[in-house]
Amino acid sequence: MAAISREEVAHLARLSRLAVTEEELDTFAGQLDVILQAVAQVGKVAAADIPPTSHSVPLTNVLREDVETPCLTPEEALSGAPDAEQQRFRVPRILNEDLAS
Amino acid sequence: MTTTLPSYDDVVARYEPVIGLETHVELGTRTKMFCGCRTDFGGEPNTRVCPVCLGLPGSLPVVNKAAVEATIRIGLALNCSIADWCRFARKNYFYPDMPKNFQISQYDEPICVDGYLDVEVNGETVRIGIERVHMEEDTGKTLHVGGATGRIHGATESLVDYNRAGIPLVEIVTKPIPGTGSLAPDIARAYVNELREVIRSLGVSDVRMEEGSLRCDVNTSLNLPGQEWGTRTETKNVNSLRSVERAVRSEMLRQASVLDAGGRITQETRHFHEDTGDTTPGRSKETATDYRYFPEPDLVPIAPDRAWVAELKAALPELPRVHRRRLQEQWGLSDLDMQSVLNAGAVELIEQTVAAGATPAAARKWWLGELSRRANETGVELVDVGATPEQVAELQGLVDAGKLNDKLARTVLEGVVAGEGSPTEIMTSRNLEVVSDTGALTAAVDEAIAANPEIADKIRSGKVAAAGALVGAVMKTTRGQADAKTVRELILARLNVEA
Repeated sequence: MAAISREEVAHLARLSRLAVTEEELDTFAGQLDVILQAVAQVGKVAAADIPPTSHSVPLTNVLREDVETPCLTPEEALSGAPDAEQQRFRVPRILNEDLAS
Repeated sequence: MTTTLPSYDDVVARYEPVIGLETHVELGTRTKMFCGCRTDFGGEPNTRVCPVCLGLPGSLPVVNKAAVEATIRIGLALNCSIADWCRFARKNYFYPDMPKNFQISQYDEPICVDGYLDVEVNGETVRIGIERVHMEEDTGKTLHVGGATGRIHGATESLVDYNRAGIPLVEIVTKPIPGTGSLAPDIARAYVNELREVIRSLGVSDVRMEEGSLRCDVNTSLNLPGQEWGTRTETKNVNSLRSVERAVRSEMLRQASVLDAGGRITQETRHFHEDTGDTTPGRSKETATDYRYFPEPDLVPIAPDRAWVAELKAALPELPRVHRRRLQEQWGLSDLDMQSVLNAGAVELIEQTVAAGATPAAARKWWLGELSRRANETGVELVDVGATPEQVAELQGLVDAGKLNDKLARTVLEGVVAGEGSPTEIMTSRNLEVVSDTGALTAAVDEAIAANPEIADKIRSGKVAAAGALVGAVMKTTRGQADAKTVRELILARLNVEA
């Protein structure tokens, strides 16, 4: 059984605002399936006594003090922007979406 | 759709509401959550940004210790358990308010869980369950341009300022709150108010709703008695305490009219409109799966040291509820009187006014009287009415010293609120001081006696109560700038009558 369906790939493409053609959907679904199947191998060796990890280094509590560091100038900040206006990043409107929080 | 809404009483008689609140609080740390950019309010667009909060390739976030500490303190004040170990997660979504295309948040492993906050409504204590308190980062500010109105509909472009992106944000989520019946809107409001007080007492945020440092989303659903909970909607853009109450109420009415008509409630985000008090639909809610949460690979887990947590717990300040009890006792107020002080948002103001030298009774009189009326008229919070506790104490001092009578004091207070200066300055510049020059007063008294011989005779014959008419005449000639008691004493003295 495939690890990811063609519909799931289409859904992911929509969430990522990627215009994917019907042909590409077939291609990507196949490629992603191979990748996911490979990663799924890890699941076979995972046992209850091995906690899942999100980090390769066993570190915790890497914190910094609440001390200011210099910011970029607005010119520097906007230098890589495709477009700017009123010292702000100018982007196409996104509708039917909202703030994350 | 122009359906007539049912009455509120009718709705709560037939349906049971379940509410829930998600509150976002911007922490008052000096720097952002994951970088050293400053956080103070204001500032030209994109002047408080760096490679980390702009999400530039190769930059790496590092967690601000002060933000973790503040979140733990909030959790402890809300009676939560502090996790031994927790992680950050990426919340992926496509919107330019975060330059990374994701927000760093916490998902299934929040730092604080399972607490409660006791809230008082109509003299009853209601315990609100706290599901979780977690850390995340604020988003940038988006300005929609190109359309006729500047609002999102019709806009063709968005301009983004990332000064706010990355400011530490704490999200506090209640458990669902059932069984509140007709009190649901009041309880929602009381909860947000109490939460604000708690966080303010910790000194970790200025919790100003109008500046957005405390923001609230309100979940509401209705169900028939004895049946399963209904589908909930999430109302955003609720930016004042009054709006919290109105948003719950208006959503209850709207949902009832949909259900009455045989319709179904759609799970969605709705926007609250301050001007009409209504909500309108926003986007359909993305599911958690659509956010594709996964553990943030650029950050290592947080494992708060138990000794540190114990230390923070021991150092928590007196919580507002306890503090209020103590003040109520000191001020000698009934529960009802204390409630009106609370409702007016005047606890701290009165406390500071008393600290500046006024008696509790006098401080309460000014804040709940003139100043509350003024705040209501202009639609601002009492704290922003334009007078400080020190000024109110000074004003009362002038009254106590006999330099101002009640009426003049109110005029001076108007000047204070209008920003004309301190009470003493206004009294002097507007020449409002009580006429205490006995010569001038005596002349005014004699004039009044001469102009009203019949009244004078009555008083001479022992009808002391008649003196009121002469007092009125003297007050008129002195344009209110005399102390009524002094005038009365003078009249009686001039007529050789014992008081």
